[in-house]
Amino acid sequence: MSNGIIGKKLGMAQVFAEDGAAVGVTAIEVEPSVVLQVKTKEKDGYDAVQIGYGRIKQKNVTKPLQGHFNKANKGFFRFVKEFPVLSEKYEVGQEITADIFKMGDYVDIVGTSKGKGFQGVVKRHGFGGGRATHGSMHHRAPGSIGASADPARVFKGTKMGGQMGNVRKTIQNLEVWQVRSDRNLLLLKGSVPGSQNGFLLIKKAKKKSA
Amino acid sequence: MNVIEMLEKEYMRGDIPGFKTGDTVKVHVRIIEGQKQRIQAFEGVVIRKRQGNSRANFTVRKISYGVGVERTFPLHSPIIDQIEVVSRGKVRRSRLYYLRNLRGKKARIKEAAKQ
Repeated sequence: MSNGIIGKKLGMAQVFAEDGAAVGVTAIEVEPSVVLQVKTKEKDGYDAVQIGYGRIKQKNVTKPLQGHFNKANKGFFRFVKEFPVLSEKYEVGQEITADIFKMGDYVDIVGTSKGKGFQGVVKRHGFGGGRATHGSMHHRAPGSIGASADPARVFKGTKMGGQMGNVRKTIQNLEVWQVRSDRNLLLLKGSVPGSQNGFLLIKKAKKKSA
Repeated sequence: MNVIEMLEKEYMRGDIPGFKTGDTVKVHVRIIEGQKQRIQAFEGVVIRKRQGNSRANFTVRKISYGVGVERTFPLHSPIIDQIEVVSRGKVRRSRLYYLRNLRGKKARIKEAAKQ
């Protein structure tokens, strides 16, 4: 079994559990990925499977990559990604679907969070801000960022304003709510980083198993 | 069809009767106590309905021992055993929040004429 797969976030929906609890689930579209290359311990020093996801036109692929895709002869892909192989043997050209996960499994999700632009400390780090009225001139400012002559500098990593979001984020231990092979859908309990139509890596959870 | 809409439609129940704000309804709620399950009824006036596929909900208000009690139910929740429409009310707005400030005779709602 491959350790992971690539998918596309479609959005969230509210569904009901059997006991009546309302559950927010994220729908992820997992189109079948194609095995492009199998790496083995003897040849490459480790066991892994290289997969392609997201079909694109031939004209948008560089010549060297075209040659690589032609070995599998299953079209051209936007993403080429390697995942460790846990068990089972794969062959070049074979398809990997969302079926590698099942209901009740736990997964880690890697995605790019929504970009918020340059933000101040109140939004970015949750600072309280200053007083709004009574002559206050200290509304959303960070306050002191350090002492004076000693150390005579601002420490590295001090929380200040700056770019917020649009970074790679990993969410750990999300439960698989359902796998719908007929529509290539994976439903996860909870939210995942990024906007709709954003691409996500879905990996077997590192710290929790079903 | 949109996948999200499709998912939510799957969880919608077909057995919910049509009722409006102002109607008096009896909601039979399943209550699970350990292993046993029983049904409790909550009867009162519907003071609001909110739309939205499987997310739709409604609020029922009743006076219990002189104290106003409001309970909001998800319309398609599996804990609802059934909804009985006791009577149809004639009201002129969709959100009956004004009932909260009225008590006794003034808090009555006129019954709608039979269709």
